[in-house]
Amino acid sequence: MLNLLYLLAAVSFIFALKMLSSPKTAVAGNLTGAVGMLVAIVATLYAGGVVDFPTVLAGLALGSLFGLLLALFTPMTAMPEMVGLLNGFGGAASALVASAELVRVHHTPEESLGMVAIIAIALSLLIGWVTFTGSMVAFLRLREWILGGRPTLFPGQHWLNLALFLASVVAAVFLVQKPEVGTPFYVLSALAAVLGVGLTIPIGGADMPVVICLLNSYSGMAACTTGFVLNNNGLIISGSLVGASGIILTNIMCKAMNRSFTNVLFGGFGATVQEVAA
Amino acid sequence: MESLVMMLTVFVLAVFVGFEVISKVPPLLHTPLMSGSNAISGVTVLGAIIATGAAITSGMKWLGFVAVVLAMTNVVGGFAVTHRMLGMFRRKK
Repeated sequence: MLNLLYLLAAVSFIFALKMLSSPKTAVAGNLTGAVGMLVAIVATLYAGGVVDFPTVLAGLALGSLFGLLLALFTPMTAMPEMVGLLNGFGGAASALVASAELVRVHHTPEESLGMVAIIAIALSLLIGWVTFTGSMVAFLRLREWILGGRPTLFPGQHWLNLALFLASVVAAVFLVQKPEVGTPFYVLSALAAVLGVGLTIPIGGADMPVVICLLNSYSGMAACTTGFVLNNNGLIISGSLVGASGIILTNIMCKAMNRSFTNVLFGGFGATVQEVAA
Repeated sequence: MESLVMMLTVFVLAVFVGFEVISKVPPLLHTPLMSGSNAISGVTVLGAIIATGAAITSGMKWLGFVAVVLAMTNVVGGFAVTHRMLGMFRRKK
């Protein structure tokens, strides 16, 4: 039953994305997506093995309130950074869900995680925190609270990012070998958070919407990995849907703005050259 | 193993649909589409609900609670922001 309702939600998400691509149907598409999400949430509340309803419902109510207030009181000109901020929240949520699952297994020694779930937890932490801090940098830069509009570049930046990424992979391998809330868990989370900042600061204010779009794709992938952690088809379908369509949209936006897709993907690779040329 | 193959099947097929579903998008709709799919990426709220609802320690409960709040902010804020943006385009025409 749960999976049937998830299928319904997934179909409505597919229609939502399709309809949002055309001016005539865009408004209806957005509403279709919202209805699909409502179906998925109600289905999860009904059949997702929820025991502690007060906490869950309080969280849903509080989140809805925050979301509405943010959406209603943000000036129209500040919309791109608002999307960035919200997207960061989604990424953080995925990382927190993975953390919670690690805590759960920590306290139920008789239950061990499968290899797939552990790898998915590591990926979820990595992608989730990169999405969160990356989105926060995008948000703060577009708000012009920090860094200003110009790219932040320094020598050896890409090597530093590469080193951060490789160190995260090493931490992830340690975590997979010893899946518990210990040093590898904290190190991986921290490295991913720093990597998110490192990947986003070389991008200037004008290119930020493209980066937000890419980070949006990441948060979809993060949701997808939590699906693998929790063995939840709804998350896997919707997450990978957003992850894949986000990459395509990023590519389309890059072309429209005459930017290199690889530049954005690897955190302003070659941005120095562009700056000199400009 | 069986369930892994099932999950991978779902994953791979959904990725293909994701690639196919976005084709020609007029530049005007780039930001709303991004915003709409951002709202959908808040689907991680389902995971947050499951984690919170089945929490066995207070630490897990708090992690889950924060995740539910953040993800739900993403969902509701995302759809509402998209709706506002689209409303603006409509008035302009």
